[in-house]
Amino acid sequence: MLAFAPRQKKVPDSINPYETDEPMYRIVSSIFLAENIKKLEIEAPRIAKKRKAGQFIMLRVTSHGERVPLTIAGSDPEKGTITLIVQGMGKSTRELNALEAGNSIADVVGPLGTPSHIENFGTAVSIGGGVGTAIAYPTAVALKEAGNHVITINGARSKELVILEKEMNEVSDEAYITTDDGSYGFHGFVTQKLQELIDSGRKIDYVLAIGPIPMMKAIAEVTRPYGIKTVVSLNPIMVDGTGMCGGCRVTVKDEIKFACVDGPEFDAHEVDFTNLADRNRIYLSEEKESAEGTSHRCHLHMDK
Amino acid sequence: MDAQHITNKERLAIPRQPMPAQDPEVRNKNFREVNLGYTPELARQEALRCIQCKDPICIQGCPVNIKIDEFIKLVAEGDFLGAARKVKEDNVLPAVCGRVCPQEDQCEKACVIGKKHAPVAIGNLERFVADWEREHGEPDLPAIKAATGKKVAVIGSGPAGLSCANDLIRQGHRVVVFEALHELGGVLMYGVPEFRLPKEIVKTEIEGLKKMGVEFQTDVVVGRSVTIDELIEEEGFDAVFIGVGAGLPWFMGIPGENLVGVLAANEFLTRVNLMKAYDFPAGSDTPVFDCRGKNVAVFGGGNTAMDAVRTAKRLGAEHAYIVYRRSEAEMPARVEEIHHAKEEGIEFLLLMNPLEFLGNDRHWLTGVKCIKMELGEPDESGRRRPVPVEGSEFILPLDMAVISIGNGSNPLIKQTTPDIEVSKRDTIIVDINTMATSKENVYAGGDIVTGGATVILAMGAGRTAAKAIHDKLMGTAVNHNEW
Repeated sequence: MLAFAPRQKKVPDSINPYETDEPMYRIVSSIFLAENIKKLEIEAPRIAKKRKAGQFIMLRVTSHGERVPLTIAGSDPEKGTITLIVQGMGKSTRELNALEAGNSIADVVGPLGTPSHIENFGTAVSIGGGVGTAIAYPTAVALKEAGNHVITINGARSKELVILEKEMNEVSDEAYITTDDGSYGFHGFVTQKLQELIDSGRKIDYVLAIGPIPMMKAIAEVTRPYGIKTVVSLNPIMVDGTGMCGGCRVTVKDEIKFACVDGPEFDAHEVDFTNLADRNRIYLSEEKESAEGTSHRCHLHMDK
Repeated sequence: MDAQHITNKERLAIPRQPMPAQDPEVRNKNFREVNLGYTPELARQEALRCIQCKDPICIQGCPVNIKIDEFIKLVAEGDFLGAARKVKEDNVLPAVCGRVCPQEDQCEKACVIGKKHAPVAIGNLERFVADWEREHGEPDLPAIKAATGKKVAVIGSGPAGLSCANDLIRQGHRVVVFEALHELGGVLMYGVPEFRLPKEIVKTEIEGLKKMGVEFQTDVVVGRSVTIDELIEEEGFDAVFIGVGAGLPWFMGIPGENLVGVLAANEFLTRVNLMKAYDFPAGSDTPVFDCRGKNVAVFGGGNTAMDAVRTAKRLGAEHAYIVYRRSEAEMPARVEEIHHAKEEGIEFLLLMNPLEFLGNDRHWLTGVKCIKMELGEPDESGRRRPVPVEGSEFILPLDMAVISIGNGSNPLIKQTTPDIEVSKRDTIIVDINTMATSKENVYAGGDIVTGGATVILAMGAGRTAAKAIHDKLMGTAVNHNEW
């Protein structure tokens, strides 16, 4: 774990919502679901009350931290908490995953983005790849509530990395797990399982796919020949998350869209995934530098 | 010379006092403030240039009608604190406005002396007194009237919201300001760079509002976290002021705009200013495009374009270009910013229009194809329309391109409060006398009404709205003398 001192601040029992402009967001619970994947419940009453499936928040762990977009996995409006499922990837998510119940983080803002479009499509397949399963989960719940026959396919590299199996079973009419190494469930990729379902003659009306870009791109190609409506949730680089920076623009049907306000969900058959993957690589070397703490730049003489 | 015994002829003989500044070759490598500010001697000397007109038309040139003649007289007399308080009667952010207002188009344009000589440096003097008060003064809080029991929500903590909050709190209303970002100040924090407006100054001015009792809540995106209807119906606000700015960057719509390395000025500046990416990775976790030794072009001719290109230069760009399709005369940026940019080694490619961004096989930007332009007949804006020169295409090699051609309106409020009427451009439609929107007890001002404009115009709109809100809430006629 990184050497990291979380900010500690007493949170009064009764919080006057207008009392301070330096809000601290307390972590109520923090448990590992799998190696490097953590489930965090965080106090954020306004967001807990308003959020809908498919929406996200931006958070900052510390006062010098990045703004990180994370999809909301669930909420408890009574308790005033939201649930995030976080894979430790870069510096910020690793810092976040190092925190325990009782710690606080600097900022949580949301809910952002346009909620998932939910209706009774008929048979809906929800596909999650890796930690994408956590993002697909709330939409799967909403699809079920809308009366769909819900099939879930959740993929992981191996058995140890499978998350939310119980939750997905509860919300699914049919639940499948795939692992790349065959250590659990179907041996293969989520695309293969989906193809198998299509080949078996099942009528599929709607597919939601959330996971790594190559997975979402591959799913789009599986469903395209059959004209199955397919939706993906995109994860471009963002700064503010409210429409201001334009960093998260994606090419959809040859038009520029802002994932933070127009998305994050888009028609998979219209998304330019290559452009998204390219644009997400812009800060690769900086991210590495930041995570490893190896740099000695400091060329700007901010000797204030 | 003393302020009491000086003839107008003697006043007019004093030259306009230049603003001391960091050496260009030093400052284009750091983020410290460019202008160093007047010394007391320079300030008094400059103030003596004011002939104290009987009818000071400079005041009409100021969107918030600062009592310019009175404060300058106090400067000339050496009462700098008194001068600062006089300015603050009408302007809640004098240290900010003294730095970022386009004075040459406002107060200084109206200055009578300016007809034959250089106008009085009103902006430099405003900045001086505000800085003097901050550095030497006892915190002097204006009188706050007895509590009215009324509660007003201000959405956005930029210039419009802050000036509206200031006027309302003085009238005894409870004021809660909601900010979407994690820092207060809006464009003053994310947009205007440290070298033009140090963030500590913005924070100090906001601190003053907190001391007066204005409550602030960050991390609240009105429209998403809470709607305007919920603020009124569930949280009991009697009125709402919308000052959310123009937040949605425009792109040019030319091929290659989505290549890696093409950014909106908002993104580039937000990374550097708000997220402090100039201090990456030591003091900030947010990276910015590594400009060191690179070719960077900023497309546009406004203040934001100047801010972006000068930021790129400070981040180590080998070549930092402004690419603008008209000539320098048509540039909307402040004259001082253009002048400073040139001093710092910014290369101006004027009368050039980009046609297409070019990339490599990894889809990273490698250059831009431009065409030369010439000025034709005036267009609807009164500026001469640029016309392409046939066959003049050329390629400018680039590593980063920053688009700075303006901002549209964020659609969030429109989407979530359909009973607020908006224009075709998605700006909010208001009655310009009261800033009232089509929705009962909801007012709006600043860039969300006008489209991208200036700090001081937004502040003027905030004041107008505050007057109208007070009047509406108290059921009284507006008494302008009280404000």
